[in-house]
Amino acid sequence: MNLAIDCQGLVKRFGNYTAVQGVTFQIPPGKIMGFVGPNGSGKTTIIRMLCGVLVPTEGQATVLGFDVLTQPEEIKQRIGYMSQKFSLYDDLTVGENLDFYAGVYNLQGKMARAEKTRVIELIGLGDRTSQLVAALSGGWKQRVALGCALLHNPQLLILDEPTAGVDPVTRRVFWDLIHKLAKEGMTVLVSTHYMDEADTCDYLGFVFYGRLIAFGSPEDMKKSEAKDNLDDLFIYYVEHEASDDPRNLALKKGGRG
Amino acid sequence: MQRFVWVRFGAVLKKEFIHILRDRASLIMAIALPIVMLIIFGYAINTNVEHLPTVVWDQAQTADSRELITSIRNTQYMDPDNYVQGYQEIEGYLDSGKARAAVIIPPDFGKKIQGMEQANVQVLVDGSDPTVARAVMSAVQMLGLNKSLELQSERLVARGTATGLELPLNLVTRVWYNPDMRSRVFNIPALIGLILQSVIAMLTSFSIVREKERGTMEQLVVTPILPLELMLGKLLPYVVIGFVSMSLIMLTGIFWFGVVPVGSIPLLFLLATLFLVTILAIGLLISSIAKTQLQAMQMTFIILLPSILLSGFIFPRETMPKLLQILGGLLPLTYFLKIVRGIFLKGVGIEYLWQDSLTLCAFAIILLAIASKKFKKTLD
Ligand SMILES: Nc1ncnc2c1ncn2[C@@H]1O[C@H](COP(=O)(O)OP(=O)(O)OP(=O)(O)O)[C@@H](O)[C@H]1O
Ligand SMILES: [Mg+2]
Repeated sequence: MNLAIDCQGLVKRFGNYTAVQGVTFQIPPGKIMGFVGPNGSGKTTIIRMLCGVLVPTEGQATVLGFDVLTQPEEIKQRIGYMSQKFSLYDDLTVGENLDFYAGVYNLQGKMARAEKTRVIELIGLGDRTSQLVAALSGGWKQRVALGCALLHNPQLLILDEPTAGVDPVTRRVFWDLIHKLAKEGMTVLVSTHYMDEADTCDYLGFVFYGRLIAFGSPEDMKKSEAKDNLDDLFIYYVEHEASDDPRNLALKKGGRG
Repeated sequence: MQRFVWVRFGAVLKKEFIHILRDRASLIMAIALPIVMLIIFGYAINTNVEHLPTVVWDQAQTADSRELITSIRNTQYMDPDNYVQGYQEIEGYLDSGKARAAVIIPPDFGKKIQGMEQANVQVLVDGSDPTVARAVMSAVQMLGLNKSLELQSERLVARGTATGLELPLNLVTRVWYNPDMRSRVFNIPALIGLILQSVIAMLTSFSIVREKERGTMEQLVVTPILPLELMLGKLLPYVVIGFVSMSLIMLTGIFWFGVVPVGSIPLLFLLATLFLVTILAIGLLISSIAKTQLQAMQMTFIILLPSILLSGFIFPRETMPKLLQILGGLLPLTYFLKIVRGIFLKGVGIEYLWQDSLTLCAFAIILLAIASKKFKKTLD
């Protein structure tokens, strides 16, 4: 019960295509968990099931102690989510977007203003609040989206590829922030394609064609398999854990290792 | 000059076919809709006025008067099915729209016919719809003339001499509402309903689809917001917009076209707002079902087009085949037209309009409920 996320044998099928098969993992509160895996491997699908917006075909999961099947609304109230797709309102200003999400999370009056000020300071939005979102650069848009997800002080922050297409400086800012939030006790679940980002997570899950082929702390995993970087480690797992999967042949031939 | 390449052309053609085949809804719409509309409209565009519900006040109750009623029925224009006593009842029938014409036969009808005098019969016609009224009036006049000639010749035979120049039977027609039969008076109130419906339904039908297309829906479903909150939150701004646009269009009708409502203006606004909410609910329902804005627009048209013809906007519903009458009954505009025309032309109050008003209420509640239900907070 003390786990932030407890996932047991999650399966998701779309028609007869299995996007996620038998994913099991557990994260204690206050930790950062990273998902790494190629495009279409099922990261977003797992995340959506944990958010309570996709119904798992099989298996069960509790998030912050609530069942994803029966108590999705309890979960939604307590998590902050940043979807992979750009999801701000283009024709609203930064401030108006923040106001909207503050309202959606039932913050009002003084509270809403206080939270908004806090978030603006946290993210460093400063004098950009009156700018139209459409006029922002990609990195700034992502920062605003993160701000919107933090307004209600969520216990769990779920970020789906927050740094995709973002410049290195903004990436650094993002991750400094993630670590800061985790230190303050927030649990963070984040998916990424960057191994340097993944390296700084407390827990790491390798997702490969719907399966969680490895799970653990980056240090432990590297040590136990005697690899000194995550790229090698990932290739190693793909070859060993999913060698029966014809799709990993392409990866091997790609000659990354 | 560039040459036309058949392969490129063929590839595009194939691709488009695949697009269309994958999109079932559009496919069905593209094929079935034109046929369905052609069939429906083909029936609906029928300016022949037939079988208008008619009420009779037969004060004479003689063989002659009954024969006259039968002749009226035989014209096919009127169905004298309801018998009443007194003007008040007649007014009730006409006000409520249960009858569109009334025949009043005086007590001395039989005596005058038999006594070689001129008998006067009054025929009242609901002039709200001038086309209908005109058709009925000429039919009645024809009937009067025919009957008179018949009687004239009977009398000639009986007496051997002519009985004077005046016609034995004088059918006096009077137009009840909209006495100078201006079609504008009939059309403007209805147009108000139709235009409101088109604009508002179109606007709201985009409201939710747009979120889906922009990707903001994906963020919204992960928040604690409830479907009904979202629905009503999206609905209310459009109620305001709709109310403003409705007020403007009514003022235009009143001041520009000089079509002044005979009845209560507050009641008119109250019931028009009710209609507005119903339309908004339709828009929201469309929006929560449609996946793209284009789909939403197509669905809106499916509702709008039949409204024009089946609601009684152009053609009287009474003269349509039963099936079309039932279809028309499924459209909120049908009820709203009865309401606006009732208030504008007849000046009737809620005592005659409560049924239509309740029907609109029911529409609004049911549609909103379905829309909220349809809008699920999952991405499955
Ligand atoms: N609603 C859906 N219906 C059918 N298939 C789907 C649906 N959603 C996802 N999929 C499929 O499930 C698989 C996993 O998709 P998912 O988006 O979870 O991958 P991902 O790991 O997030 O990829 P990326 O790195 O590109 O974001 C993909 O093959 C995708 O096509
Ligand atoms: Mg994804």
